Amino acid sequence: MARAVTSRRKIINTAAAWTVGLLIFFPILWTILTSFKTEATAIADPPVFIGFDWTLENYATVLERSDYARFLWNSIIIAGGSTILGILVAVPAAWSMAFVPSKRTKDILLWMLSTKMLPAVGVLYPIYLIFIKLGLLDSRTGLVIVLMLMNLPIIVWMLYTYFREIPGEILEAARMDGASLKEEILYVLTPMAVPGIASTLLLNFILAWNEAFWTLNLTAAKAAPLTAFIASYSSPEGLFYAKLSAASTMAIVPILILGWFSQKQLVSGLTFGAVK
Amino acid sequence: MSHIKSLYAATALTALTATGALAETTVTIATVNNGDMIRMQGLASEFEAQHPDIKLEWVTLEENVLRQRVTQDVAASGGQFDVMTIGTYEVPIWGQQGWLVSLNDLSEDWDADDLLPAIRDGLTVDGELYAAPFYGESSMVMYRKDLMQQAGLEMPEAPTWDFIKEAAAAMTDKENEIYGICLRGKAGWGENMAFLTAMANSFGARWFDEDWQPELNGEAWTETVNFYMDLMNNYGPPGASTNGFNENLSLFQQGKCGMWIDATVAASFVTNPDDSTVADQVGFALAPDNGLGRRGNWLWAWSLAVPAGSDATEEAKTFIEWATSKEYTALVAEKEGWANVPPGTRTSLYENPEYQEAAPFAEMTLGSINAADPTNPSVEPVPYTGVQFVAIPEFAGIATQVGQEISAALAGQQSVEEALEKAQMLTLDEMEAAGY
Amino acid sequence: MATQSSRSAARLMMAPAVILLLGWMLVPLVMTLLFSFKKYLPLRGGDLGWVGFENYVRFVTSSAFWPSVSATLIIVGGVLIITVGLGVLLAILLNQPMWGQGIVRILVISPFFVMPTVSALVWKNMFMDPVNGLFAHIWKFFGAAPIEWLSQASMQSIILIVSWQWLPFATLILLTAIQSLDREQLEAAEMDGAAPLQRFGYVTLPHLGRAITVVVLIQTIFLLGIFAEIFVTTQGSFGTRTLTYLIYQRVLESQNVGLGSAGGVYAIILANIIAIFLMRMVGKNLDQ
Repeated sequence: MARAVTSRRKIINTAAAWTVGLLIFFPILWTILTSFKTEATAIADPPVFIGFDWTLENYATVLERSDYARFLWNSIIIAGGSTILGILVAVPAAWSMAFVPSKRTKDILLWMLSTKMLPAVGVLYPIYLIFIKLGLLDSRTGLVIVLMLMNLPIIVWMLYTYFREIPGEILEAARMDGASLKEEILYVLTPMAVPGIASTLLLNFILAWNEAFWTLNLTAAKAAPLTAFIASYSSPEGLFYAKLSAASTMAIVPILILGWFSQKQLVSGLTFGAVK
Repeated sequence: MSHIKSLYAATALTALTATGALAETTVTIATVNNGDMIRMQGLASEFEAQHPDIKLEWVTLEENVLRQRVTQDVAASGGQFDVMTIGTYEVPIWGQQGWLVSLNDLSEDWDADDLLPAIRDGLTVDGELYAAPFYGESSMVMYRKDLMQQAGLEMPEAPTWDFIKEAAAAMTDKENEIYGICLRGKAGWGENMAFLTAMANSFGARWFDEDWQPELNGEAWTETVNFYMDLMNNYGPPGASTNGFNENLSLFQQGKCGMWIDATVAASFVTNPDDSTVADQVGFALAPDNGLGRRGNWLWAWSLAVPAGSDATEEAKTFIEWATSKEYTALVAEKEGWANVPPGTRTSLYENPEYQEAAPFAEMTLGSINAADPTNPSVEPVPYTGVQFVAIPEFAGIATQVGQEISAALAGQQSVEEALEKAQMLTLDEMEAAGY
Repeated sequence: MATQSSRSAARLMMAPAVILLLGWMLVPLVMTLLFSFKKYLPLRGGDLGWVGFENYVRFVTSSAFWPSVSATLIIVGGVLIITVGLGVLLAILLNQPMWGQGIVRILVISPFFVMPTVSALVWKNMFMDPVNGLFAHIWKFFGAAPIEWLSQASMQSIILIVSWQWLPFATLILLTAIQSLDREQLEAAEMDGAAPLQRFGYVTLPHLGRAITVVVLIQTIFLLGIFAEIFVTTQGSFGTRTLTYLIYQRVLESQNVGLGSAGGVYAIILANIIAIFLMRMVGKNLDQ
């Protein structure tokens, strides 16, 4: 009896969850489907879902027009570089906040977060002028630095919350055994924090990948990532839904696949200290 | 002795050519993602084959993004681009600031005298040509001959606004998703305000009087915008307040518009049977007037210019010369057919019988371009130049905000009077901030 | 507990992050402050001298100022309510036993991986277009007149797009929080005869308080600065001009850097007012 009830509930749950899931995913699915249509099919009324002549011509057009590989590579370098650099700076800071807290620790943490509230447009001009002076315009180095600074508060915050969950006794024990500070961080703390660090890496990689203000405004040709690639496919002349869909698919699929494969790590670590 | 000397010279020469071959200069080109520019990008491999020492880097962006990027870069002297694609609005302002390199020294073969006078004048400041026109356009009426016939009307070569309204009413068939008229409604100085400013000229309206006092809440503007609103609300497509050039183009190509008043370059798109379902039914007429001596047609040229901060000025000029030459036109004609060559810049093109044959819209395009007068755009005298814009740096910002007010009125969120009153206020405010 | 030496070591380790962020905050801030007191028009020759508080007065007295503040607050507030509300429901649903949980979870978190520009373009063209959009097709199928989303329901449309992007984030954090909820606690409540709704109100929701706070804090930080979604869809028309967008118009469209910088300073003030509220809230929650 009880079993019957649970299995009926399970069926209802499954149906409900799948409906909601598909609904949320639908815009992405629709974009991917449209990318395989001709421009005429893309706007057909009534819309066609699967039963159309699949074509790769949009992808061919996009690949011919843009140097996709370069945009992709720039995205990887910029997102990856800024994330790794950010973690290197943030680990020691988060460590000291978590294990040697002072009265001001929380203030510093919150202040760091508040730097993210500066409106980017408001400081575009100053940053642009500084970049000209330093010769950093249209360079991946420049973007790596800016995006690292942008995401640093989030990285520090995330790492801090993971470190805090590590029981202090373990560190004490390590210290008793004569471990130096460096060893303590390297051999005791880091391994314990690996899930947290992985999750931080992933989240910030995604945030940096999707950042579209600085990446667009501080680059021209050499360092332009996928956000600039997509800016050349919005509303040109004539029908463009299918080509736009193809370009969109190419811009989001790498990160989508990364996200899907690593969702366990991302999900398990993404708490921001929300779980006690 | 002289033997040794010449040997030296020879070695030096080889060394020179050798380094020349190695030192590839990169020319970074910022351009719009319009069809003609994308075609240019595709054909540029021919240029690179001719000039192995020049490597082209393309930054192709959507119009709004492009404009923001190049303005920012030229104003802050960022030096990121060697060739910029800009329009007739930017060229006089930037040229005056000394931000552009003069193109007066392009070669004889390039033949500056062949450029259409109206277009050439718009790109010249104090005798210096600051940009080379890539394609030029005016605006005109494009209409469906079949629908016009069904409605029992005949489009004159030079219609009036009243006729346009009559025809729009007769052609509208909302049941079958056929809308009598499609016009720009999307906010932006280059979108709805380009159309409305040109239209206002034919209604006797102007942006500023001779003392730079805005006249947006005046009678002539009110009449213009009310007429526009009436057309759009009764005979326009749904969602007109977000329709720009491209949205209307695709509506027209799908056969949903009876008439469309917009850029002359659209003529080749709507008559192209590959993209347009109504390709063989399109007729053309001059932009309408109101009997006041001015027509509602504009003048624009997408042009290539070299910013003063470029570190490859000569190479950039070489490229511009190629891309805006008669040879380039011939190249496009050979590869893609005469109907697809960039129009509206050279007299020779319009004298070419092959082009006239392939482009039924050629004559109307040329007539429209020649009919535009940037120095006397309106019925009344004005202190500015520009047909569908006012060539002052503040205009883009002002007109975009004015465009948003009118767009909101078109969406039914406020009345025409409210919109124009707000427009007047914000224009006054911006002009004051700029020190007028 | 901590020794003197570990304290100074701690300071040393914090230094790089703090100095970097301080520089990242101060240098542009100081330059913005400088510009805001100047008549700075790049298209009219650049720096035209000091003007005192003129830019500040002009920015605030412009008819666009207060509407932009309220548009900002409505968008941030709307998105927060939707993402937290639906996020809680979704998290509860996803926590139930079902088949294919992993796949459903993948489907639900996917929007978070889509760059804002792409999602705005896709929503605007392929869904909300009043003629060719999918919504228009659906409306017509049911015999209704298509809605002109981005003009007639502009705010709702933007909130919808942004909420779609941020719902996964909220759901994920709330889901982790729910998973940590003691099943025994819930079962005990069930034994006591508490109805499902009561169980939710007295057990689940209080447990989620902390997670909700975190979601609100992180999302607010990102939402205050949203730009791409508006730039791509309405360009600030139809009442969707946020403070960020207004500053963009001043700085880039009007090329009035002085005025825009004054706007930037106001935006910083607004952000800090909101931040103080949030920090209080979070601070309390962090202490426990």
